[in-house]
Amino acid sequence: MDVFSGEELTCIRSDRIVFAGFNFSVKAGDALVLSGPNGSGKSSLLRLMAGISRPAAGQITWRGKSITEDPERFFSDMHYVGHRDAVKQALSVRENLIFHSALRSVTSNIDNALDLTGLAALADVPARMLSAGQTRRLALARMLSSPAPLWLLDEPTVALDTVSVERLRAAIASHRKGGGIVIASTNVPLNIEDGVSVDISTFARENATLWSNGIADELGTEKRI
Amino acid sequence: MTAFFALIKRDIRIALRQLSDTLIVIVFFVISASLFPFGVGAEPNLLARMAPGVLWVTALLSAMLSFDRLFQNDFEDGTLELLVIAPQPLWLSALAKIAAHWITTGFPVLLVAPLIGIMLNLKPEGLAVLLAAMALGTSIISLIGALGAALTLGSRRSGVLLSLLILPLAVPVLIFGSGAVEASIGGYPVSQQLLMLSGLLLACLVLCPWGCAAALRIANE
Amino acid sequence: MLQKYANPKRFLTLANSVLPWTTCATVILIVAGLYFAFAASPPDYQQGQTVRIMYVHVPSAWMAMFAYAFIVVASAVGLIWKHPVAHVGALAAAPIGACFTLICLATGSLWGKPMWGTWWVWDARLTSVLILFFLYLGFIALANAFDDSSRGEKASAILALIGGINLPIIKFSVDWWNTLHQPASVSKIDMPSIHSSMLTPLLLMGIGFTALFVTLVIIRVRAELASRRINALRAAKIHAEVAGG
Repeated sequence: MDVFSGEELTCIRSDRIVFAGFNFSVKAGDALVLSGPNGSGKSSLLRLMAGISRPAAGQITWRGKSITEDPERFFSDMHYVGHRDAVKQALSVRENLIFHSALRSVTSNIDNALDLTGLAALADVPARMLSAGQTRRLALARMLSSPAPLWLLDEPTVALDTVSVERLRAAIASHRKGGGIVIASTNVPLNIEDGVSVDISTFARENATLWSNGIADELGTEKRI
Repeated sequence: MTAFFALIKRDIRIALRQLSDTLIVIVFFVISASLFPFGVGAEPNLLARMAPGVLWVTALLSAMLSFDRLFQNDFEDGTLELLVIAPQPLWLSALAKIAAHWITTGFPVLLVAPLIGIMLNLKPEGLAVLLAAMALGTSIISLIGALGAALTLGSRRSGVLLSLLILPLAVPVLIFGSGAVEASIGGYPVSQQLLMLSGLLLACLVLCPWGCAAALRIANE
Repeated sequence: MLQKYANPKRFLTLANSVLPWTTCATVILIVAGLYFAFAASPPDYQQGQTVRIMYVHVPSAWMAMFAYAFIVVASAVGLIWKHPVAHVGALAAAPIGACFTLICLATGSLWGKPMWGTWWVWDARLTSVLILFFLYLGFIALANAFDDSSRGEKASAILALIGGINLPIIKFSVDWWNTLHQPASVSKIDMPSIHSSMLTPLLLMGIGFTALFVTLVIIRVRAELASRRINALRAAKIHAEVAGG
């Protein structure tokens, strides 16, 4: 059974149609890797999937229900790690994680998440002292601190060193073993085992913008006036 | 409700850790109010007559300084995206941020206002009403200001733009707020003005979190 | 599918057929209105020739409010049904409405000088119009404050709705404030109640201004749609180049 799917998704950004007619469907344990050059809409697609923005056309279904129908259930079943880390500089590493689990109203295993990302020694350090890679690991720790079946990851490996990438790969593998779903965008191969890879740029529409569709004829008539 | 209070707690904690940013609003309030005697002269009766208006106008202007940071940090570091997809309605998160804003800026302004009132020779019988009216008024200003902050999120020169949007909308608060203080000094009943302010607060409590949520969604699209 | 999101075609067809009629109506009505206002109506027994300012002032005040109401409705349509032309219409109407508001304020001030002896009086109606003018400025500024124009459209549409709800409250509070702070030194002469000989030019000017508003909005929307098409083609070209290169 398909757990998470999208039909005929269209994304318009700044009046430009980024992609159109995109379909996907994934089952428990699946992994989907989104690839494509800059500007092809990987981040936009992940934001549509996460429910942060709405598709201009098409709909996304989670466990048989449109995600706009019961957003709160969908949101508590999903972890989204965007390309911005959502880390508060003024708070310590642990305080950041406590806040995010309270925001999701879940009990979370913060110590486990800190161990998995190798941040345990830095738990009480203010986040502003972290390096870019450590900040990224903190964002991933947020995801690992509480269970959710769906992971949406936007370029998760950016700024990570090889050890951390290995850790992430292990976390993704064990998440999938437990029936979890991973959808990740990446420019570098993440080498996810038997993951399906999709190049979004094949769904681009040439010369497609919101205002050029069907206006050409009218401008012709305007010259006559 | 865990998320609601967690958000308030986090914002207050950040405000306390960046105390100088928070105090700037209060300092601006005190300095700008104490400029008036230099401008119009220190004649006690004149100051007493102007005090309610000066207090309200300077409180409103100083609040303007605090709004551009209200959602900006969360917007830039990506926390706002997570608020949109938190399993809590976005208007409730907006309301939590507004509550935290009031606690960290509205409430201190409220505490300082009587002191400035005394410096401006405001008659003592007006102080109690000043506090009551300002408690209502600063809450309304926090609500309207948050709406402006959400609308201008990600724009060029959001700080100035924000004032342009909010100040006309805040005219009724100014009218009934200083009206209440003036009436109490003159010995007239103030219930009408306070009721109007309460009505405005209720209307804003319904409208502004909704408007904020809509604006924050648009900002994240 | 996408037709639902971008269908300026129907609008342009309609607009192009309506435009000649509204243009003619504007010219005829305003010329006739001005004739009645300046030649064919008597001076007021109390205010003399000054009363003729009213024939511009009052229709401008109507238009100031009408244009704002138009913006509120168009914004609501744009937000609820996601019709992009509605947003364009709201943005097109805003500077026109702001101009009418400014004309209303300027003529009110000109009328006030001989009547009240001063250029500006914090009269309840003038003050409300002044705040309406500020609301227009805020709307225009917000709509133009974003690099992504669709973002500015939506944000300013929300602002217009909030302003629309707030406007009666502002009007009420200003009236309330004005009864408390009646300017003592100013004799209270009001705009005259309407006599039948004044009604003809007033109505002609009112309808003429409305026709002018419709004409200008159509022209501005057409221009905006054309400019967006140009931008769209440019964006597509840049994108094609990036994809190809």
